[in-house]
Amino acid sequence: MSHIIKGIPASSGIAIAKAYLLVDPDLSFAKKSVENTDAEVERLESAIEHVKEQVTTIKEHVEKSLGPDKAAIFDAHLMILQDPEFLTPVKEKIARDRVNAEHALKETAEEFITIFESMDNQYMRERASDIRDVSKRILASLLDVELPNPGLVSEEVILVAYDLTPSDTAQLNKQYVKGFVTDIGGRTSHSAIMARSMEIPAIVGAKCATHDIENGDLVVLDGLSGEVHINPTEEVLNKYRELQAEYKKQQQEWAKLVNEPSITQDGHRVELVANIGNPDDVEGALKYGAEGVGLFRTEFLYMDRDELPDEEVQFEAYKTVLEKMGDKPVIIRTLDIGGDKKLPYLTLPEEMNPFLGVRAIRLCLERPDLFRTQLRALLRASVYGNLKIMFPMIATLDEFREAKQLFLEEKEKLIQEGIPVSESIELGIMVEIPSTAVLADHFAKEVDFFSIGTNDLIQYTMAADRMNERVSYLYQPYHPAILRLIKNVIDASHREGKWTGMCGEMAGDETAIPILLGLGLDEFSMSASSILRARSLIRNLSKKEMEELAEKALTLSSAEEVVSLVKEFRKE
Amino acid sequence: MIEKTYKVISETGIHARPATVLVQTAGKFESEITLEYKGKKVNLKSIMGVMSLGIGKDAEIKITVEGSDEENAIKSLEEVMQKEGLAE
Repeated sequence: MSHIIKGIPASSGIAIAKAYLLVDPDLSFAKKSVENTDAEVERLESAIEHVKEQVTTIKEHVEKSLGPDKAAIFDAHLMILQDPEFLTPVKEKIARDRVNAEHALKETAEEFITIFESMDNQYMRERASDIRDVSKRILASLLDVELPNPGLVSEEVILVAYDLTPSDTAQLNKQYVKGFVTDIGGRTSHSAIMARSMEIPAIVGAKCATHDIENGDLVVLDGLSGEVHINPTEEVLNKYRELQAEYKKQQQEWAKLVNEPSITQDGHRVELVANIGNPDDVEGALKYGAEGVGLFRTEFLYMDRDELPDEEVQFEAYKTVLEKMGDKPVIIRTLDIGGDKKLPYLTLPEEMNPFLGVRAIRLCLERPDLFRTQLRALLRASVYGNLKIMFPMIATLDEFREAKQLFLEEKEKLIQEGIPVSESIELGIMVEIPSTAVLADHFAKEVDFFSIGTNDLIQYTMAADRMNERVSYLYQPYHPAILRLIKNVIDASHREGKWTGMCGEMAGDETAIPILLGLGLDEFSMSASSILRARSLIRNLSKKEMEELAEKALTLSSAEEVVSLVKEFRKE
Repeated sequence: MIEKTYKVISETGIHARPATVLVQTAGKFESEITLEYKGKKVNLKSIMGVMSLGIGKDAEIKITVEGSDEENAIKSLEEVMQKEGLAE
């Protein structure tokens, strides 16, 4: 039967394909006593052999489609599958207690998981999940139940999951995964950001997706409206096929703007640049006509590995991006972890309010050893392109001065060592804390530029945790309070002859762009796939008219009023 | 039987990737290979055994090898430890 569910549109576009559920099947079983324990051990051994083959196949598949890095996790799994300290106790338990293999396996695995989870090293704690994964596979094989293997998908599908973790998304093959829908999450959750960087349509927070959709159902994802059509009627299907074609056509239209300037009707030019997460994203950025990189998140260098990246690893990554971008500006943001982003090998104290705790620049100033390594790598890479550096989460002038001091010290050291560094690196800050936005006039005297990080600025201004769905209604980019803070920052920078960019979600938002243009924003940094649409919009607007619009918006009292103001204007 | 003592010099001790390489190397040999740290002995062919020891920097560890290919085994293990900057 066909029906529709609704979620939050997280990545635009339309996808039509069969559903592939990434949900664990029922793996329950009863504890049984067995007579022939030898036969039971054999049953276990053949299940393990089967799983070994399975994991090897997945590993080869992932290696080929996504590279050896992503496949490394499966090496760890294979080692557990061959580990005598793990398997011997299971076999002993079968023989001693005369129980079925399922029960012996589960009990032994749980003992190990408990041990690993209680270790004080986060890396070890995460190994518990490897054991859990492996024993789940063995259990499924014993029970003759099939587990979902996203790494093995070989036809076009739409993934349906409760949530997608970074390790799930790492295994996705773009060739086959045409889109996804998840039960939980919001526009800024990991899965949503991932979908935009993969440029596939996605809908998150659809609540009952995994419940309502079954494997093999035909699904239409409307990444613009957030609608998920399950087994649609022929009529609906045809409508969406047309829309899909139209969308493609529009993208082709936009593609003509790749090498055009981002200039308004009345000749005001702004910069449209891309947010990137790793060096591989540069290609996409250039393909979509990015005039530079407005935010290079360096966290990827630190995540998905088991020790801190050394100076050389970082240097290579920065150099690659700078070289690929040629003389276009590249703004690299220094390490922003803490909050919801943790590193397996860096144990940080638990905090009551991680988003208000030691994250980003606070952590870097507390751990200058980490920070200095990154600064050195950045400085060494600076001669390979047009590098600008920005510090995240600056709350006070002193923090900026301290960070700048460390930067200057490392620069001096390199010069002493005879290593070439660029003399023209601009140093800026992210404006994401209200205190900094308010005091922008003082900051503007010392920094070279501002980049407004709206996701956090909104969260901190409205005092609403952006990970908490129950207060998601307070995540209001168009709230006049936010607009006034933005105006204050832009005006302050211009008075000192500096410039202001924006690298949050808001910079690529069609409702926000007219106002931001009117407020005088100089640089808009967004997902690469949004750039051409934004350029097409800006080329149809007049700066002078947008100034009037922005001025009106600033006098309003609610986000709703701002939205209707823009809507009304765009209708005209 | 060969018994040798080493001092761990790697900043992060023996876990993660270096541990994996060590266990993979041990697995190539017939000999029984054990790793001892703080009086606790584990099979060096077991990743879970090795990681459960939680060996940190400056730890004194003892490797015992017994079997037909013990000479080759200890040689390979030492090479790996050196290459990975694990211990001396």
